[in-house]
Amino acid sequence: MTEKILMKGNEAIAEAGIRVGCRYFFGYPITPQNELPAYMSRRLPEVQGTFLQAESEVAAINMVYGAAGAGGRVMTSSSSPGISLKQEGISYLAGSELPCVIVNITRGGPGLGGIQPAQSDYFQATRGGGHGDYYTPVLAPQSVQEAVDLTMDAFDIADKYRNPVLVLGDGMIGQMMEPVEFKKEITPDQLPEKKWATNGAAGRKPNIINSLRLQPEKLEELNLKLQEKYMAMKKAEVRYETDNIEDAEYILVAFGTTARIVKSAADMAREVGMKVGIIRPITLFPFPEDVIAKASEKARFILTVEMSLGQMVEDVRLSAKGRCPVYFQGRTGGVVPKPGEILDNLKRLAGGGK
Amino acid sequence: MAVEDYLRMEKLPHIWCPGCGHGIVMGAITRAIEKNGWDKNKVVVVSGIGCSSRAPGYMDFDTLHTLHGRAIPFAAGVKMANPELHVIVITGDGDGAAIGGNHLIHACRRNVGLNIVLLNNSIYGMTSGQYSPLTPEGALATTSPYGNIDPAFDLCNLAMGSGANFVARGTAYHIHKLIDYISQGFENPGFSFIEAISQCPTNFGRRNKQRTGLEMMKWQRDNSVDFKKAQTMSAEELKGKFITGIFCDREDKEYTEKYRQLVEQFQEGSN
Repeated sequence: MTEKILMKGNEAIAEAGIRVGCRYFFGYPITPQNELPAYMSRRLPEVQGTFLQAESEVAAINMVYGAAGAGGRVMTSSSSPGISLKQEGISYLAGSELPCVIVNITRGGPGLGGIQPAQSDYFQATRGGGHGDYYTPVLAPQSVQEAVDLTMDAFDIADKYRNPVLVLGDGMIGQMMEPVEFKKEITPDQLPEKKWATNGAAGRKPNIINSLRLQPEKLEELNLKLQEKYMAMKKAEVRYETDNIEDAEYILVAFGTTARIVKSAADMAREVGMKVGIIRPITLFPFPEDVIAKASEKARFILTVEMSLGQMVEDVRLSAKGRCPVYFQGRTGGVVPKPGEILDNLKRLAGGGK
Repeated sequence: MAVEDYLRMEKLPHIWCPGCGHGIVMGAITRAIEKNGWDKNKVVVVSGIGCSSRAPGYMDFDTLHTLHGRAIPFAAGVKMANPELHVIVITGDGDGAAIGGNHLIHACRRNVGLNIVLLNNSIYGMTSGQYSPLTPEGALATTSPYGNIDPAFDLCNLAMGSGANFVARGTAYHIHKLIDYISQGFENPGFSFIEAISQCPTNFGRRNKQRTGLEMMKWQRDNSVDFKKAQTMSAEELKGKFITGIFCDREDKEYTEKYRQLVEQFQEGSN
């Protein structure tokens, strides 16, 4: 059970889903997440599950809607352009209060972009993504092990709130191999019954799953109910990690792959006597506002580093509320920033540069 | 010479794998254009995403590389905006028959004057070998490790049933016939659909006991049956074979022409 095995991120995420009772997967080919559906196509039949390669991402997300409606633990994965295609379905899933897990192994955009890692889907991920007033919890792993752990938790969060949950990786997390262990083993029969599911109405009144509310007051009612869930998520689901922030004069904020690079930069900075700390948001929605707010009270500045041209930095600024300067540094298009670049920038900013 | 005149020589060599049939089919398209004597400056080539869709990158015309599956709607936009143009779509079995399948049947139904060449290599090659709607039953792919259980489309039947004017199927092996089919199809003013059987040794063949491009082309040679001959054969005899040839060459009115007539009545009314 606690045996460590070397696995590629995409395959490890797939196995993590299976280990917590995910038995349905619907996908469509797109790089750099292809190993995930391929793994599912091999493994799911072994555990009486179902894998289907749909005719498009749109079909796949709607199959997810169906399987989620039928009460199953269900997952889909894609990469940026494919996730854009799924947004309509995700909005309907949120509106219909259906739990599922969606994995985005992000690549550079916009448009077709490239196939190298990026974090430029942050806005899409953290602002709902599709139409309407909704959010999905967003979990951002920085390692293959964390991708496993967060994928497992994603299913629980999805079921708890009856809401889609997004696992936001990137091409690096998906393609990289690291040792992992699977700390849970849950089969579908161990999961609580979903009384709202449309899985056959024998012995009860038929259930209805939809997001249509033609009467404005009824639709408002639904939206207020959804908002209550998002508020509850903000109270209970915020996750982050801090590193050396107690005495820090300078705070680095980064998530996912970039957080690992930032860690190297922070270690290098400490070696040359700069007091640098790190705040790593693990949930991007809900965003760890409080810890950043607190840090902003005594930090000389905050530097947000992303593989985009500045998306999460907006949430960092909203959290810091002007109490200290919030700078941004980013590479994009699949270019991964180097620790040295970040260190140089830290030194420059600490020396009064802008 | 079709090759020098119609290819962006500076972009070569192409990125297709050794043994791939796509270069042969792209060559056939350029030769058909040459044969038809089209003005190079009146040709627009559109593609979506996939191995087939790399072709327009090498073709020295105005080219559009668009979204996965959406080449046909883009091309319809080009044609509706400028019906004078020869609009060619190069697509594949994933791009054209899976994610773009809906667009394909509706363009057939409208009979928009587009020239579609669908390169069928039975697999998603670019993403490393997932099954497509044209992967044969039983075949191995990265997402069908126990053998594909999905039945394949007969795209020529689909195109004919949906209203395309011209429908044909050729192979990379029967290159001269393929050039003829493309040339003839391109001359039909309505919607033309040409399925070109191509080979992918890298992501289809090596998982399915056809390790080289040559072996796969021999398979094309040995398993294709001409349309006319097929009509004399029983279902049993046709098992495992595929039919090549021109299935229809109709003269139904082309869509932009119909639309021009619709607009014309208003122009007359305003005079």
